Amino acid sequence: MVSLTKRYRFSASHRLHNERLGADENSRVFGKCNSPYGHGHNYIVEVTVRGPVDPATGMVMDLGRLDQAVEQEVLERFDHTYLNLDVPNFEGKVPTTENLCVEIYNLLRPKLSGGQGSAELEKVRLEETNSNSFEYSGAAAENRAAAMREKR
Amino acid sequence: MIYLTRRAEFSASHYYHNPDFSAEENRRIFGKCNNPHGHGHNYTVEVTVAGEVDETTGMVLDLKDLKAVLEAEVLELMDHKFLNKEVPVFATKIPTTENIAVEIWGLLAAKLPSGRLHRIRLYETDDLFVDYYGE
Repeated sequence: MVSLTKRYRFSASHRLHNERLGADENSRVFGKCNSPYGHGHNYIVEVTVRGPVDPATGMVMDLGRLDQAVEQEVLERFDHTYLNLDVPNFEGKVPTTENLCVEIYNLLRPKLSGGQGSAELEKVRLEETNSNSFEYSGAAAENRAAAMREKR
Repeated sequence: MIYLTRRAEFSASHYYHNPDFSAEENRRIFGKCNNPHGHGHNYTVEVTVAGEVDETTGMVLDLKDLKAVLEAEVLELMDHKFLNKEVPVFATKIPTTENIAVEIWGLLAAKLPSGRLHRIRLYETDDLFVDYYGE
């Protein structure tokens, strides 16, 4: 099994704000990120797929398929948008990079699993800045990790 | 257990072609990478070794030894080569980044002076890399 990772870039703005909290509370919890006009980032998303190397092609997954899935599901949806207002994914949900990372994983998962070849989406890693990044490997991975912890 | 990683760079050219496919299929599946004259990359390989820290030296393994093995086994073989034509294993196996990473694992795993090979990460470009853990 080999894991293949490709990096993509998009730019978007967001505001961290929870309607259920008061103005003071929002300001305390989210600090600068609560500024009412929003602010932007150049996000880098790393998509990792894992599977056996197809002996006929030497590949884990056709990069064209990976590019197309990320283009359609992630870049077209999120690039140059204000996440709070322009995409339905964050209605009632704070568009933190954690939530965005999980959202991207869930959008890509059905597009990259099954079909041609047996590679599967393994992980999404999302960089908000050079200093901050987030990783999500799906609910199944979380259940496995929880089972491991219980065993110990 | 400590994981130690050393990076090295090499430059090589390759093209993707499966003789079992028709010319048209090869072009469709491999696209630009099917150009028979090849094209090149600056590869970066990261070799990660897992091991216990030796109490006398404070090291997992001597980096000089790792560098020497990497140079002798990988860089000598692949640096400034046209992989399809000049590296025997790729006469019959397509030199994709996946296959090169698996090959590098095979070249290094038994040659480490100490520690256990944990991962080969091979970058074809800054934005594209593969990981192989030996299984």
